[in-house]
This record gives sequence, C-alpha cells and structure tokens, in this order.
Amino acid sequence: MAERVLMKGNEALAEAAIRAGCRHFFGYPITPQTELAAYMSKKMPKIGGTYLQAESEVAAINMVLGAAAAGVRAMTSSSSPGISLKTEGISYIAGSDLPCLIVNVERGGPGLGGIQPAQSDYWQATRALGHGDFHVLVFAPSSIQELVDMVFRAFELAEKYRMPSMILSDGLMGQMMEPVSFPEVEVHTYDKPWAACGHQNKRTHNVVNSLYLKPDQLEKIVRERFARYETVKAEEQRAEEYLCDDAEYIVMAFGASSRISKSAVDIARSKGIKAGLLRPVMLWPFPEKYVRKYVGQAKGFLSVEMNMGQMVDDIRLAVEGRVPVEFYGRTGGMIPTPAEVAEKLSAMAGGVK
Amino acid sequence: MSKNWNFVFAGFGGQGILFSGKVTAYTGLIDSREVSWLPSYGPEMRGGTANCSVCLAEEPIGSPLVINPDALVVMNNPSYDKFISTVIPGGVAVVDSALVAHESGRTDITEVRIPATKLAQDNGIGKLANLIMLGALYKATNFTSLDSIRKAVEKCVPPTKPQLVELNMKAIEIGVNYQA
Repeated sequence: MAERVLMKGNEALAEAAIRAGCRHFFGYPITPQTELAAYMSKKMPKIGGTYLQAESEVAAINMVLGAAAAGVRAMTSSSSPGISLKTEGISYIAGSDLPCLIVNVERGGPGLGGIQPAQSDYWQATRALGHGDFHVLVFAPSSIQELVDMVFRAFELAEKYRMPSMILSDGLMGQMMEPVSFPEVEVHTYDKPWAACGHQNKRTHNVVNSLYLKPDQLEKIVRERFARYETVKAEEQRAEEYLCDDAEYIVMAFGASSRISKSAVDIARSKGIKAGLLRPVMLWPFPEKYVRKYVGQAKGFLSVEMNMGQMVDDIRLAVEGRVPVEFYGRTGGMIPTPAEVAEKLSAMAGGVK
Repeated sequence: MSKNWNFVFAGFGGQGILFSGKVTAYTGLIDSREVSWLPSYGPEMRGGTANCSVCLAEEPIGSPLVINPDALVVMNNPSYDKFISTVIPGGVAVVDSALVAHESGRTDITEVRIPATKLAQDNGIGKLANLIMLGALYKATNFTSLDSIRKAVEKCVPPTKPQLVELNMKAIEIGVNYQA
C-alpha cells in the first residue's frame, strides 16, 4: 500500500488531479481554495502541464472550455463567489457536451459572504450552475481520502457522459489535513472522436458549439442530453448507509456536515434512539433510490446542512410526503456541533429516552 | 496512551502553533491512529491569533473541529481567555507563563505553567518555544511516545534542513525535563 501522508484537502485534490492525468489547470485565487492553485503552480510546470492564473474567473472557465474542446483533461477551482462568475462558461461547456472538472471549495454567502466553511451552494450546484436546461455531476467528499478517490471518478464519469463534473468541497474539507495515500490506479480514459484537436486532413472538421438558432434543432439536442441524464440517474446514484438497517430516524447530510452528523447518530444511539445516517456521496444525481428504501421504515428524516435548508428539498421530493422531513442547519461559516444535531434528533424522537 | 485525544493549540501567528499541531498529528499517523488537523484560517497573519484543532482517535473522526479539548496548549493571553473555559473537566492546559499572565481560577483542570518563550531564548533556540510546549504537553499527558515524536519531527522538518531535527528534539526535551 502507498505510504500515508498528511495533506490538506486542497493539496490532496490537486495531486489527485495530476495523477488522474489532468495537465491543464486554469484558475484565479480565492480563499479558502488558494492552496489548490498554489500546488498546481508548483507541480504543473515540472511535468509539462499548464498552470495558468487567468485575469479573472470568467477567463479561467473559458480556457477550460477551450482545453476540454481539444480533448484534454482540464480543470478549474474556485470558491463560492468565483463559481458564480464561472457559471456562464459552465453553461457553455454543458451546452457543448464537454467533460471537465470544476471544484468549488465553498464559503459562506451570499455576496462576498465570508471565508469560513459553508454548504450554501447546494442549490447552485444541483439546480442552476448557469442558464439553460442542464445538469453537472456533483460529488460530495466527506474525507480527504474520499476526495482523492473521487477526483479520478469525476474525470472518468465526465468523459463517459460528456458533461462537466463538480466536486463540492468546502473550507473545512479544503483546509483540514488527514492521512491520505495515493494508490497506483490505472487511469481510465474514453475515446474522444469529437475533439477539435486538428484533423490533419484525415477527417472532417469537428465543431464544438453551443449555439443552435433553429428551435426544433435545439430542442432535439437538449432532449438527447436529457435522455443521457436519465441514464446517469439510473446508473450513478451513490450513498453511504450508516446504522440505517433498523433506523427510525434517518439523518441525511453530505460532506463536512455528514461527519458531524455521524457523531450525532452515535450520541443518539447511546440514548436509545434508533438513528442512522444516509450520506449522499453524489448530490446530482440525488440518491433518491436510497431514500425511498427507508420510506416505509423511517418515522422521520432529518437533513443536516451548513446552510438554511437546501438539500432538504430533494429529500422531500424523494419521500413524496409520506414521511416527515425536518431540517437542522447552521450557516454563514458556523459549523454545527454533534450535540446540537443529537438534541434535534432527541426532540424528533419525543424527548430524551 | 491508547485513548482518544482532542487538542487545541492556540497563540499568535508566527509562534509555530500550526507546526506543533502538525507534529502532534503526525505522531498519530506513526502510531496508526485516525488523525485530523484543522487550522483556523482567514485574515490571520504574523501577530494575529492562530489556532488549530488536532484529533487522535482509535476510530474514524467525526467533527475535526475541537470544541472541548482534553488538552489545550496556549501561548498568549487572548487565546488563554478564549479557550481556557472550554477545556473538559479533568483536562490539561499547558500554558506559556512567559507570555500568559492571566489566570482562570479553574480548579477542575491540571494547569501546567512553563515559561517556554523564556526557556527558548535562554537556550539560544528563540523560535522553538512551540516545541518546548509540545514537550510539556507530552509530559503532562503521555499522548504518544518520545520515539513517535522524533519520527513525527523528521516528517515535518523540510528535507532540505535535516539539521533542524536535533534542534527541534532539543526543544522538546527542554519541555519534558522542565521542573517548575
């Protein structure tokens, strides 16, 4: 097994991206994401890659569009306000059916907000990462090792389905150090016959484009894309189940808040409350299959988020009104404590037992 | 030694607070424990306040943010005022008495007062008060072995400056051997 080292989430993510074959990084500094770009700036020139600090977030995402159109593994990273700036380019990338990796190391919002950890970009990531009808694959790591493993998968699935991948990290995941190892894995890539990388007079031009002026043509292309999304929904839902087998109260939380929730579930169990944790590993597609498994069994769901309640909507959609779904969250950079979440669970279970 | 430890290291930026936390975290890696290290981050800089949470555990770590530490290592008055009340009853506070004049009056914790910054200056290792404090923490809690601390220091010192390992160990030993 590869040696375990202590690394910050941001640095581990950068190293994993390089190992996954990414050689083109375009970014613009912003706290709490900067270590990722800094790591790339040190490493990329040494391995023949591109590190480019663009003049703005808008420029960086359009450089990703260009690189992705040429068929190479390209990425950008930013934090919440910077991601908002990138949304136009992300929509163009999705509309051009290009694979790439976008990392959001979330901080508090709206506006410039704060710089402490938050999860308040859930809606943005899963609903509207730009204008138009489209989705991106959204990954939600809860440990640094999982973050590393997800980077490989994010690039792979982006190529498989020809759509952007987003890793939704946050200030806590980005700044924290945990032991991590980089196992030697074979990087799986997909053929890219669509890439605009020079036809050498051997084939017709490849055109990468998101502009379709004829409505019937645009509708057809969007419908084809949505047919692909249906495949993604059928194949790629992922969630981790912890003590869910006999659970009466199911906590759902992703990323940093899922770690706190796991501790809360342990506290609740020690008080005799049958609690479990269902942790979405991917946020889009949302793991509704997993949620539905527990609809007949659970007396209640509790969504724990570092925002004012966003994922709770998806849980409610999945349970279709058959089970009460409650919410507990802190926002603005505040991190919920396991005791707070356990107290909420106690209240749901009808007081301390 | 085989218990779960939640530490907070706090002081001014530039004192090496995050570094001593990192050495502590690496002892966990060497001792095959679960480990997390979480810094405060933001507009802090040299002279501002800095702190980090370090967890060493036998099972996967939930929240990496330590709210009630088993042991607090503190190197300035503002951090002492902020964190001393958070130490769990029966816990330990290692206090740099050369820099912290405040007193909490708590009788339910063990407060180890050591003039680390002065000891560092007297021994000609002016920047290594943070590791004197780490030595005192080790003595007060036995959270790991000296051997693991040495291996951790070897991991944390830049490979280009191996001579710093002995200097760091000297500082740690000053902390271990200090008699009030």
